[in-house]
Amino acid sequence: MVPLWMYLLVAAALFCIGSYAVLARRNAIAILMGVELMLNAVNINLVAFWRYATPDVMTGQAFTAFVLVVAAAEAAVGLAIIITVYRQRRSVVVEEVDSMRG
Amino acid sequence: MIELNIATLIFALFSVITLGSAIGVVWNHNLIRSSYWLIFCLFGVAGLFVLLSAPFLAAVQVLVYIGAVGILITFSVMLTRGMTHIVDVFNRQSTITAIVCAILFFVLMIGVILPVWGPSGSLADETVSEVVATTADLGVSMVDGNQYVLVFELISLLLTAAMIGAVVIARDNEK
Repeated sequence: MVPLWMYLLVAAALFCIGSYAVLARRNAIAILMGVELMLNAVNINLVAFWRYATPDVMTGQAFTAFVLVVAAAEAAVGLAIIITVYRQRRSVVVEEVDSMRG
Repeated sequence: MIELNIATLIFALFSVITLGSAIGVVWNHNLIRSSYWLIFCLFGVAGLFVLLSAPFLAAVQVLVYIGAVGILITFSVMLTRGMTHIVDVFNRQSTITAIVCAILFFVLMIGVILPVWGPSGSLADETVSEVVATTADLGVSMVDGNQYVLVFELISLLLTAAMIGAVVIARDNEK
């Protein structure tokens, strides 16, 4: 089998790509895609550690399933907010949504 | 060290799919193409789950992420048309952000590599247990009173609340 550190390396790279999308993109939907990438990196880590450390108890897989559900909820609410903002402002560029700026 | 067998090749294939598509998501100027790359990326992650002998999670990944989240994002991109071609895709801090992300990756890489390849590293083959819990065990753990039944109910409540909240937020109030 492939050693554990290769999975961790792939997950680390995916996490960094996702965080770059979150921090550098201007479109809110692109930022949400970056969040999805980061959550997937975390899921890879969880399943990899489950497989290599404790494959006989279900903790890792159960946690991954919960992360999946939370990610789905986050995507639904986030996209609803983005569509509402677009309807009111005709823009999804995060820098132009500054009503709550101090 | 790394024996070149079929599992390693498939792992390399799915890793390249995942990471290449992720870069496609970040760099593409057209958001529609970005969302398609995202679907490819999620498919690669599902393949990695299969390699890690978690077939149920791979199926859920395809159903929930590709089937639901991917389509949801594609629809949102189409509903916010005119925003798919912003000239400046990245904000002003993109260069420094790239540097910070690269540093983060190198720090993570050192943390991952050093325990294996370092001076006190264990290059010996780690013994991977062949006994793997099955999908039936996962199902039992979700309804077992001693394991995750409370979390399972809470997460169902969270999902219901989030869906109702999403409908309320996205509803058109102007009549």
